[in-house]
Amino acid sequence: MSFTRPRTAALAAIGVVALALTACATGAGDAAPTASAEAEPVTGGNLTFAISVDSQCIDPQQVGNNDAIAIARQTVASLTIQDPETGEILPWLATDYEVNDDATSFTFTLQDGPTYADGEPIDAASVKTNFEAIQALGAKASLGSSYLADLESIEVPDEQTVIVNFSEPSAQFLQATSTFSLGLLSPATAAVSQADRCLGDYIGSGPFSVQSYTPNEGAVLERREGYEWGPSTAAHTGEAYLDTITYKVVPESGNRTGSLQSGQIDATTGIATADAVLFEGEDFWSLNRANPGSVYNLYANQSTEKLADENVRLAIQKGIDREQITSTLLGPDDVPAVSPLASSTPYFTDLSDVLEYDPKAAAELLEESGWTEGDDGIREKDGEKLSFHVTYWQSPKEVLELVQQQLRQIGIDLQLTFASIADVQAANADGTYDFSYGNLTRADPDVLRTVFSVSGTNNATKRTEPAEIDELLDEQAAIIDPAERQKVVDEAAELLITGGYSIPIYQLSTTITAASKVQGLGFEASSRLDFYDAWIAE
Amino acid sequence: MWGRYIARRIGQGVIVLWAAYTISFLILYLLPGDAATLFAGGGDQEAIDPELVAQLRSELGLDRPLYEQYLVALGKALTGDFGVSTQTGRPASDLLLESLPPTLALTAFAFVLSVVFGVVLALSASLARAQWLRNVLSSLPPLGVSIPVFWIGLLLLQAFSFRIRLFPSMGNEGFESLVLPAITIAIPSGAFIAQLLSRSLRSTLAQPYVEIVRAKGASERRVQLGHAFRNAAIPSLTMVGVLIGGLLSGAVVTETVFSRLGIGRLVVTAVNNRDVPVVQTVVVFAALVFVVANLVVDLVYPLIDRRITLARTAFVAA
Repeated sequence: MSFTRPRTAALAAIGVVALALTACATGAGDAAPTASAEAEPVTGGNLTFAISVDSQCIDPQQVGNNDAIAIARQTVASLTIQDPETGEILPWLATDYEVNDDATSFTFTLQDGPTYADGEPIDAASVKTNFEAIQALGAKASLGSSYLADLESIEVPDEQTVIVNFSEPSAQFLQATSTFSLGLLSPATAAVSQADRCLGDYIGSGPFSVQSYTPNEGAVLERREGYEWGPSTAAHTGEAYLDTITYKVVPESGNRTGSLQSGQIDATTGIATADAVLFEGEDFWSLNRANPGSVYNLYANQSTEKLADENVRLAIQKGIDREQITSTLLGPDDVPAVSPLASSTPYFTDLSDVLEYDPKAAAELLEESGWTEGDDGIREKDGEKLSFHVTYWQSPKEVLELVQQQLRQIGIDLQLTFASIADVQAANADGTYDFSYGNLTRADPDVLRTVFSVSGTNNATKRTEPAEIDELLDEQAAIIDPAERQKVVDEAAELLITGGYSIPIYQLSTTITAASKVQGLGFEASSRLDFYDAWIAE
Repeated sequence: MWGRYIARRIGQGVIVLWAAYTISFLILYLLPGDAATLFAGGGDQEAIDPELVAQLRSELGLDRPLYEQYLVALGKALTGDFGVSTQTGRPASDLLLESLPPTLALTAFAFVLSVVFGVVLALSASLARAQWLRNVLSSLPPLGVSIPVFWIGLLLLQAFSFRIRLFPSMGNEGFESLVLPAITIAIPSGAFIAQLLSRSLRSTLAQPYVEIVRAKGASERRVQLGHAFRNAAIPSLTMVGVLIGGLLSGAVVTETVFSRLGIGRLVVTAVNNRDVPVVQTVVVFAALVFVVANLVVDLVYPLIDRRITLARTAFVAA
């Protein structure tokens, strides 16, 4: 009929109007008055922070997800603190600590004075209660339990002294005492059920306390009155400046961006890379820090025949152009991996002289192992194609797609399945996969042992026979002296590269984007958020 | 006769509930991953200790065979015990009841808006005299139905929350937070009502009695609003079930885009975490709403349209 032309015109007109509404009004918000460079922190005010997911738990001893940690970390103090610049472990609630020669016994001398939010003193007995409660939680406190693996006994000779004994050398324990997972809660909390603790029913030792928590909606933390034991790494030691911190769960990325632009939230770490350009200028600031620990790696399942061959793994490692990946797909603050460790990890060394992009050498290694190019460009040997599969969930998904393209050029076929976390866990459950993909955040090189060692909890490479690398990784776990440990860590990291155990790609980093009125908000040593020095400039 | 009819419909409703429960249970079981591995490997950490996971799985009863898990869950459900959430340990029915009020408020408001929007649109298109206006108005319903709900939500957010700061972009507080989400849901639902009503109006206006009313001198407005509309609206009642489905699914998307609490957010989080008890509770609830709504409509319909009555074997127009 003759309707069609007028009708489509009408349709088009409506579409244009809709788009125009969104496109009009340029600029990142109106001219908000920028805070003058006030050096003096002001006490008072509320900071609204947006998080992307709610893992339904804010108990610092049970959480593992970055967004939950952003809440939980502020409510507890720890025995030690790690300097974000140097990685050194410094006193906090423990004024002094001693480690015996083979790292099996740790003695802490506690400050006299700090109390939990219910007024109970932070004494040696309460520290013991804390560690035993973490062990009792078992699977629900997976990070803390892994730090306390091999725990043998805890002695409390007097009110200010705690001695923690392990059955195996555990040099990582010192750094572990600075984490939120071993943050101290009042002894009364040990009697609270695991589920209620997750809902915020716990009493902490930190600069903030939980005022309210509504799962999937958000939480409110309020300042702890009488807090006087801020760590030496902070800008002050007294009470926190903020009256309250309001966390809101905002699952939709576009909503977070728009809400920050329009001032409905004050800060967030969940701004998509593509939206970062909207926050350049005077009204906002952003801060980026690499997450310490193991970088994003392709973990080869070395129990499979093809990947048991070192040449194949090394070829894959050399066939990945890390520079191209970061410059094409990632933000300006993301950098390629130059070691199995991220650059913000203590004991990190730049190994870019051993970790190279060298497709020619890769091709040679494959030829040496008998993999010759087939008609379709993919190498084959004895009728079998050099083809692998990996299931992954991490964004941006294009990273592995570019890796797939790069590997194709040296004749390797990498099949990809991008799915949900649940799917990935299911796919990797029976251990017959070719590759797994991921990173692990921890501000201690012992993370390499957790991930790569035959005896590590992850054992991502699925090896069964101990080799030289495992000896090195176990060795660094037992050394306390920093210079000695640096040597062994360097050896281990280099062997992880030259032995083809690690196929690193890039480092995960976190970016805080905030309105200019937010001051003093930063990262602690594990690249988690630290609100202790934060204040609002009006 | 009515009693037997009602009893039969209730029986059918129970079967629908049971089928919904069973199918969603099976789907969750078949989906890769389970609550234990997802709980243990929370967030961006990959340090999953297989021993700890095994411990969790046996605590949650996930290592039992499928039929055992199903029968135990079904048995408990029949006594009203829908289990506890694997994520938080709280009773699933409590979670549902808590999430109900905000979703109810949202869908009720959205329902009102969509009825108003749909009726106004359909009547305007029918009453409009200029051909170009008529074309514009009748092209709106198909547009409204085909635009994805979340895109509408994001558009509205951009326009009325971020650029022009009229409404909040998140949360459940106050009437202002209801407006944008309700409009978001009301646009496709209203467009759907408008399509139904338009078609119905066209066929009603072609009826002989309308000619008679016109011949008696009634204005076009009186013909349509006073006579045709009432009769055209009745068949649309039968689509209430579909409409409720649209409102509920709209709520699922909208609650995520607008960061609102409600049943939609509850079920999305539960599915992602394979929290079977919570998902099952929501599924049964949604199925119940459907069954009841359709039953009520079928019972009320003959009261409105006297031509419809209960026959021994099937509905016939007398």
